[in-house]
Amino acid sequence: MRYRALVTLAVVLACVLALELACALGWVARTVIIPPSEMVGSLRDILWSGEFNRAIALTLTNVMISVVISIAAGFVLGVAIHASDFLRRAVEPYLASYYAVPTFIFYPVFIVLFGVNSAAIIAIAVLLSIVAMITATMNGLDRIPTVLLRTAKIMRLSPVKTALMIQLPAAAPYFFTGARLSVAYSFIGVIASEFILSGDGLGYAIAYAYNNFENRQMYGLMLLIVIAVTLVNMTLDRLDRRLQSRLRR
Amino acid sequence: MTVLAMASRGAPKAAEPPAASLKGVTRHYRFPGGAKTLHALGPIDLDLRQGEFFSVVGPSGCGKSTLLDVLAGLNPPSEGTASFEGKPITGVPDGIGVVFQEDASFPWLTVEANVAFGLKRAGIDQAEIDRRVDYAVGFMGLRDFRQSYPAQLSGGMRQRVCIARTLVLQPRLILLDEPFGALDQQTRLIMGDELLRLWRETRATVLLITHSLDEAAMLADRVGVMSARPGLFIDVIETGWPSDRDSRIVADPRFGEMTGRIWEKLRTETMKHMQTQGAGPR
Repeated sequence: MRYRALVTLAVVLACVLALELACALGWVARTVIIPPSEMVGSLRDILWSGEFNRAIALTLTNVMISVVISIAAGFVLGVAIHASDFLRRAVEPYLASYYAVPTFIFYPVFIVLFGVNSAAIIAIAVLLSIVAMITATMNGLDRIPTVLLRTAKIMRLSPVKTALMIQLPAAAPYFFTGARLSVAYSFIGVIASEFILSGDGLGYAIAYAYNNFENRQMYGLMLLIVIAVTLVNMTLDRLDRRLQSRLRR
Repeated sequence: MTVLAMASRGAPKAAEPPAASLKGVTRHYRFPGGAKTLHALGPIDLDLRQGEFFSVVGPSGCGKSTLLDVLAGLNPPSEGTASFEGKPITGVPDGIGVVFQEDASFPWLTVEANVAFGLKRAGIDQAEIDRRVDYAVGFMGLRDFRQSYPAQLSGGMRQRVCIARTLVLQPRLILLDEPFGALDQQTRLIMGDELLRLWRETRATVLLITHSLDEAAMLADRVGVMSARPGLFIDVIETGWPSDRDSRIVADPRFGEMTGRIWEKLRTETMKHMQTQGAGPR
């Protein structure tokens, strides 16, 4: 495990060094990409100046709201669909092919409904991330071993206690996987939406820097997002692995 | 008397009222979306004597697990009546414990929390829970693994967790559905010894469903031999073993005679089953 992590780190470092070298030797034009060392410098300036604090806070707030709505509503919908055979037969084909539809095509609809503001951005992010939670919830409930439900009957647990004490913890690893995907999709949904329909946030800041040929700032902001998303994902991944290893049967 | 034991009933006596009883029990299953039904079990008449160890053997698919489900109150009979301690079984009765073939340990709880689970639900006070869990964990040889999670244990140890979780509730009737099915032969013998020790200690009535003739012959006071589907008892054989028996009984010449006798009854039924499955001897 430790060896694998070291190899992963070595690959990333090798890529960064190769890019640094390519930029220094002039193999890559500065108008295309700046050296990683300058990206780090730009990131430091962005964080120390506080110039983008408002944009960072807005993006993170939108991501948080999208995550909370997607996980809560996705869980409730997943439980409801799982409970009804009729509903399940009706919606399962749509859920299976959901991610074949580019969600962003609906952004004009949300602008009409909510206006050009955070609500439209959050709506697109939720649209993108909620189905991951719905399918993970259904999958988790499907995979609860029958013997655990029979054990609950033998212990004469009520349906509510069975749901809370057996079904919920038994399906928890699947719920967590859904939550993890919802976080990733919320980041993608929010930042990509800010590119196209916002006047604020990190996505908009990158688009603004790009349109004004401010490469240094653009790459600094991109590095910020990559680091933030990687850290969040690594933390969730670690929790996920711990949960999976404990609950593996 | 230990914390796991119920009121002592002494040696099983045929004259006492039965612990559980099946009268003319049948079970039919309806195929989904059709009028056709499958006759899985019965009609069966069976009295389980107080404190006896009763094994059930039979060909695959003969309705052994259905029989257990009826006694556990998980599956109502289509016809006939099932009763426990003289009362008709409608739903899972109080005083019955079941150990399933599959691993039923709760993977999100430690060994200790698994064993205490049913006691907490029953509203028993913490001091009593601690006392019973402590004894059961020690009895099943899990003392060093109290804080371990099932994923950290072997299959045999997980099954012991399930047995411990059942026996701390002091069931008066313990139903075991091939509990050692997934274990190797040596571990099965050792687990069989532990089961006999548990049975002697609690004096509970035990019904064991098994595919293993050796296991059935070694453990039971009586062995019920079932026919191919629909499952009927074609014979009930008294083993006559002393109550302090253990796995060393397999070396006794009478043990071979006993398994031979059970196999003689079962062979014809197993061949019938294989022929209906298209795999009979040519």
